Amino acid sequence: MKRLLVLLLLATVIVAQPASADSTKLDWVKILASARGQTVYFNAWGGSERINDYIAWVGDHVASDYGITLKQVKLADTADAVARVLAEKTAGKSSGGSVDLIWINGENFAAMKAQGLLFGPFAEVLPNDRLVDTAGKPTTRVDFTVPTEGLEAPWGMAQIVFLYDTARVLRPPHSMAEFLAWAKAHPGRFTYPAPPDFTGSTFLKQALYGLVGDREALQRPATDETFATLTAPLWQWLDQLHPLLWRSGRTFPQDDQAQRQLLDDGEIDISLSFNPGEASSAIAQGLLPATVRTYVLDGGTIGNTHFVAIPFNANAKEAAMVVANFLLSPEAQLHKQDPAVWGDPTVLAMDKLAADDRAKFASLPLGPATLSPAELGPALLEPHPSWMTRLEAEWRRRYAK
Amino acid sequence: MAAPLRQVTVFGALAQRSRPRFDLLQAVPALTLALFLAPVAAGLLGTLLPAFGFLPALGGSALGLESWRRLLLAPELPAALRLTLTSGLLASIASVALVVVFCATAHKTPLFRALERLLAPLLAVPHAAVAIGLAFLLAPSGWLVRLLSPWATGWTTPPDLATVQDPLGLALAVGLVVKEVPYLLLMILAAADQVEVKESLAIARSLGYGPATGWLKAVLPRIYPQIRLPIYAVIAYSLSVVDMALLLAPATPPPLAPLLLRWFNDPDFVMHFAAAAGAILQLLIVAGVIMLWRAAETMIARLGRRWIAGGGRGSSLRTTRLAVVGTMLLLVALAVAALLANALWSVSERWRYPAVLPTEWTLDRWRHHAGELGALLGTTAGLAAAAALAALALTLGCLENEQRHGLHVSNRGLWLVYTPLLVPQMSFLFGLQVLLVSIGLDGTWIGLAWSHLLFVLPYVFLSLGDPFRRLDERYARSARCLGASPGRVFWRIKVPMLRRPVLAAFAVGFAVSAGQYLPTLFAGAGRFATLTTEAVGLSAGADRRVIGLYALVQAALPLLPFVAVLLLPARRGARA
Repeated sequence: MKRLLVLLLLATVIVAQPASADSTKLDWVKILASARGQTVYFNAWGGSERINDYIAWVGDHVASDYGITLKQVKLADTADAVARVLAEKTAGKSSGGSVDLIWINGENFAAMKAQGLLFGPFAEVLPNDRLVDTAGKPTTRVDFTVPTEGLEAPWGMAQIVFLYDTARVLRPPHSMAEFLAWAKAHPGRFTYPAPPDFTGSTFLKQALYGLVGDREALQRPATDETFATLTAPLWQWLDQLHPLLWRSGRTFPQDDQAQRQLLDDGEIDISLSFNPGEASSAIAQGLLPATVRTYVLDGGTIGNTHFVAIPFNANAKEAAMVVANFLLSPEAQLHKQDPAVWGDPTVLAMDKLAADDRAKFASLPLGPATLSPAELGPALLEPHPSWMTRLEAEWRRRYAK
Repeated sequence: MAAPLRQVTVFGALAQRSRPRFDLLQAVPALTLALFLAPVAAGLLGTLLPAFGFLPALGGSALGLESWRRLLLAPELPAALRLTLTSGLLASIASVALVVVFCATAHKTPLFRALERLLAPLLAVPHAAVAIGLAFLLAPSGWLVRLLSPWATGWTTPPDLATVQDPLGLALAVGLVVKEVPYLLLMILAAADQVEVKESLAIARSLGYGPATGWLKAVLPRIYPQIRLPIYAVIAYSLSVVDMALLLAPATPPPLAPLLLRWFNDPDFVMHFAAAAGAILQLLIVAGVIMLWRAAETMIARLGRRWIAGGGRGSSLRTTRLAVVGTMLLLVALAVAALLANALWSVSERWRYPAVLPTEWTLDRWRHHAGELGALLGTTAGLAAAAALAALALTLGCLENEQRHGLHVSNRGLWLVYTPLLVPQMSFLFGLQVLLVSIGLDGTWIGLAWSHLLFVLPYVFLSLGDPFRRLDERYARSARCLGASPGRVFWRIKVPMLRRPVLAAFAVGFAVSAGQYLPTLFAGAGRFATLTTEAVGLSAGADRRVIGLYALVQAALPLLPFVAVLLLPARRGARA
């Protein structure tokens, strides 16, 4: 077994070499040449027709521009692809793997990075990477506080927004204290996705931000002591809130999509999403009533970035890099941000774009329910990951029984 | 109990290697066994090792009990276990009781035959398709409430009631009963063909027994041993179901099987070890419940013998019959309404509470997906046909071998066939995938068809075994007397005469394969999109219109072979 492990390690090292940090731009020409004719299996969450259609659009472009065949493997859960890479590693398959590109962020990325399941660094090799707004959008380089170190390339931006139906709710709650008051007046009309769903976990962190005195402390690793002191008001708040939630807080929707459906069904009045354009997109698709609007909380909401990564044993690494680069192109980013297409905010810096590209972004409609960047405000940074792990564990202990 | 002279398992021919001439047919049982047990063994090993801390790819290289500690300390565990046991036991007991009482009180009535015909196609409809429709039907904002709201209930907004995903798992139990009752009923009907039901009942009646009492006293004791394994399969399934549980059971905490899936999928790989231990626990639970069931059988049999010997002639059980027939009709109605809801969603643009019918209609979704659906239908049908044909070939080979060499079948053989149904899917798919990857078969047609075969073969074997053994021996003997070789007898006499049961077995196998999600995902390495993988992938988006469309197509495809069987004229001599 030991020999197998050594072999595995060696293979990883060898595989990682072509795209090490020394790679120069010259290599890109070689990468483009090797990429031609390759097939990329893009393992991406497949729950949205619009996103699937967008990926098909990307497929058409990389086929005609670079001779690459792009196939989306529609997943119900990104973890399915992670488990497959893990099984391949267990079986000693260090090349010719089945996953070429994976849509990823947060905990899945942290886990794959920690277990050495990722190829790279490759992101800085991508020519379009220089267009990324690393200064204005620091989460393009730090994923849930874990440095990306070039192991994933940014794809789109996310920020927590709350959705409500203006036909039913006049003034939705804008702070954690208001949420409690609102829930008292409207029992059973709000809920949040069950952690460890990432929207649900983010709601816990958002609530913690709203209830804690010292926000700075959340950027440092949690200790038993700081966790106990700082989260005490959160548990108190949740203890009061839960009986006032949908189903009296005894069960929770599985994820933000399930909760969006509850909002459309009229079972609840307020939902939340990590995509600021989600509501507009859902209205256009006939998944939410046209009266739905979004808002952010006083003091701002948590934001982050979603990425694409390449597994250590991917079969078509070069083509996967070319696809990742195309995803970062102004053309692809513009198309993605169009609310009629997907409505996913760009990761690019406007001041790094050519004037005509900038003008195209500026002239994009927002969509009826999407906030302008000014209204959205700056995104709050994620707390240190140790907070999320502990929050999820404590939530399980208290409420998942 | 008269023991056969030499009791041999289906695969017992393995032991008979002393024959001098190599006979291809004799290799079939061994081949079946190898094809069958190797992946199950690999899968179980791939679960057992991580359950005790061994998974080098994740840095686990020392055996220990840490996984178990993590599992047993999981806060969700007690509630998850309770939910699993209540919904699983309730569904199993209710299904068996319903079917037995239904057969006893309503057998050979016109209504019985009508229901029999209605229930058979239900068997082909995937669990998920039924569950998707049921979830919408039963939800507080769902169809049933809409029919009565707000005019009768006064609910202008949906009530905050846990009518689905309820804490006791009742909605899940209902969903399971809807799917298990047709299966058990067909199994009882098949078994009933083997004992002289009509004759027994005639004698019972001549002795003054009521029809229901006569059935329970004279027929059931002889049928039960033959439906025991199908019942155990129902128990195992009900205790380890994933897809239905995700839709109908609560999510915080879910029953054990979805909880394990969540842990297997947890970004924190430490949870893999706990999930592996949990899979072993689930296996133990299934085994434990089956043993309890077995004990209950013995007890009921003892009491039953006293009851039979007591000689009570019984009353007509009219009210019981009405109640049971009513329940059966309700189950059919639920299933039909669930499928109808899926169909309506697939052509709706907007359909909000409390509208009873969609308020905006569209064919856009059908147009949009028409192209994809063609390819998906092709892959799904090709794969299902391959798996079902392979299962058919192996089954026929085993049965023919058994008959030619005069081997008797004991239940031990059937147990082997049933292993993949009794072992929770989750617990061996990871190991199975490691096996497929290491022999280079993952993501290939062969690897995928093989993984499907594991779940298809048991059902094909069950569907075909009895009709094959029941075929009147004299046909084959006459043909032999006329000089036909055994091979010719098989191809020209047996297979044509068994055309209907062979096709029915194919249809069952086809349906089982078409409904596989996890095996397709794991063994297919993302290279094969089927209707089911696509449907599950899309269902993550909670868009009922797309989900309804896929659920509908997914339910329609396996129906086609069933319809073909129904349209096929029966042949004399082959009682299907």
